Amino acid sequence: MRTLSYCDAINEALRQEMERDANVFLAGEDIGVWGGCFYATHDLHAQFGAGRVVDTPITESAIVGLAIGSAATGLRPVVELMLVDFALVCFDQIANQAAKMHYMFGGKIRLPMVIRTACGGEGNAAAQHSQNLENLFTQFPGLIVLAPSTATDAKGLLISAIRDDNPVIFLEHGQIYGMESEVPDEAYAIPIGKARVAREGNDLSIVTYHRMYHESMEAAAILQEEGIDAEVIDLRSLYPLDIDAIIGSVEKTGKLIVAHDAIVNSGFGAEIAACVAERALYSLEAPIRRIGAPFTPIPFTPALEKIYLPNRNRIVEAAHELMK
Amino acid sequence: MLEPQKKELKSLFETMCVIRCFEEKGVELTAKGKLPGFLHLYIGEEAIAAGVCSNLRRSDLITSTHRGHGHLIAKGGDVDRMMAELYGKATGYCGGKGGSMHICDLDCGIVGANGIVGGGIPIAAGVGFSIKYRKSDQVAVCFFGDGASNQGGFHESLNMASIWNLPIVYVCENNQYGISLHCSKHQNVENIADRAKAYNIPGMICDGNDVLDVKEKSSEAIALAKNGQGPVLLECKTYRIRGHAEGDGCNYRSEREVEEWLAKDPLKNFRRQALSKAWFAEEELDAVWDACVAKIENAVQFAIGSSYPKPEALFENVYV
Repeated sequence: MRTLSYCDAINEALRQEMERDANVFLAGEDIGVWGGCFYATHDLHAQFGAGRVVDTPITESAIVGLAIGSAATGLRPVVELMLVDFALVCFDQIANQAAKMHYMFGGKIRLPMVIRTACGGEGNAAAQHSQNLENLFTQFPGLIVLAPSTATDAKGLLISAIRDDNPVIFLEHGQIYGMESEVPDEAYAIPIGKARVAREGNDLSIVTYHRMYHESMEAAAILQEEGIDAEVIDLRSLYPLDIDAIIGSVEKTGKLIVAHDAIVNSGFGAEIAACVAERALYSLEAPIRRIGAPFTPIPFTPALEKIYLPNRNRIVEAAHELMK
Repeated sequence: MLEPQKKELKSLFETMCVIRCFEEKGVELTAKGKLPGFLHLYIGEEAIAAGVCSNLRRSDLITSTHRGHGHLIAKGGDVDRMMAELYGKATGYCGGKGGSMHICDLDCGIVGANGIVGGGIPIAAGVGFSIKYRKSDQVAVCFFGDGASNQGGFHESLNMASIWNLPIVYVCENNQYGISLHCSKHQNVENIADRAKAYNIPGMICDGNDVLDVKEKSSEAIALAKNGQGPVLLECKTYRIRGHAEGDGCNYRSEREVEEWLAKDPLKNFRRQALSKAWFAEEELDAVWDACVAKIENAVQFAIGSSYPKPEALFENVYV
């Protein structure tokens, strides 16, 4: 099968959904002729025109408000916040408005809208252009939160997100836009809320997503050479969370490593660790290990960023400790 | 006077009376401790909702505010279901899960009230965009107050709406106070409408206590917005007779100031004009008022007679 990059898979999902449904439109900063900061919307402006691929001013609250108001009145907006860091500029519209409207209005309003945004920066982008803030979104009932790790899942999950009637936070990752995997030509929907067992194993479970999924797969390959058989679970969806898949794996292996790019302290891994502690404590043969970033802002200089970012070596080290 | 004109005037007065009765009932019920939560009342500002919404069709769309009862009533909201929502009952607009600040009824074009000051302004940009995208002949009206006009979302949204010529009328109800702070202390402009210049859009001012002036000016604004000459910023000068919310002691303003504005009460204004110009006899106006009192009393009975939501409703409508 042909392969596509994560970026092009997103682009193809957008194009196919726009061809399918005239109510789908895109809006965001520099997504038009420029093609988006990460090039994910390239060529769509040429195909669909400025009326459906809408360049907005650099005003994030208005961008999300644009999505809410248009979704409430019959359209299916897909808006882009260039970086997840900028979501903090418009959090009222995301968390007080979009997340809550269906509930507080007694189900009268539906918001079939998607907010696409890039996490993790591009490398050396410093403290305000590199964050991983997924735990902020999963704290708000009403939001669906997706975090695809591969091109295959990026396309299928984005199509599902666009067709869903709930507000969806679609978290992309800046450092994996170029990574390729097999992507079918046709439009396909991957069910929201299902994790993927990316690699089966019996000795320990690594639960992960985004860039750290790729690091986890590399770590698993290293561990394999040492005779350690790691299972890798790619979550894909953070809310709804496929907790059964995690518990099933931990019951099999007895050991859990949670690996994400985000800061460990109060990070999303804490939710996974807590769920496992509640439901599968007696299956654990060793303490749960969380791999993530330290509790500091992200430093600019490559010398420090290299230390800051979690990587495959830390997973391997954690696995060694668990296997003692 | 021609009969259609008389009917229209009567309808304006009736809308103001329903709102006033609803809000006065809110004062009474709150004082008696009958309602959960708290109320932001619209007393003194009725002419704005009544005047603006008299120019709207059912299919036209509005966003509202924490002080939104008047907008909802004027746009065709049902007072029984509104009152039931205030009581937290299952028959309320939101099944009791929204309350006073979160009433929504898309069937009559209410895209929702809002608990966040200025929170509806970015949403209205989306509503206006949708109207234009769908090539509909609707118009969007975004209600907000003087306080909200200082929020960042106001600037972001008017900027966005202006570059795309969206069919939106921004109705700023300048009631002089952002909670406790007088407008002279929270903004450095005499007229909020002057801010329209920053977006190169029409800015208009009307007497928010004169329903006929509101009706006329908002009609002009709506026509401009629908003809692609919008958006339009219409400032309605008015006064918040009650505190920010019920229970507010209003220690930040003088009784004299309140009395001066009470003399300009929009309902009294209308009565004065109606009688002096002989549009109506006093008895006709009294009959309208009495009918509204009865209507709101019925709404209270409806609410009291309704059930609370069942416990399982807690988990309903989190997701579609």
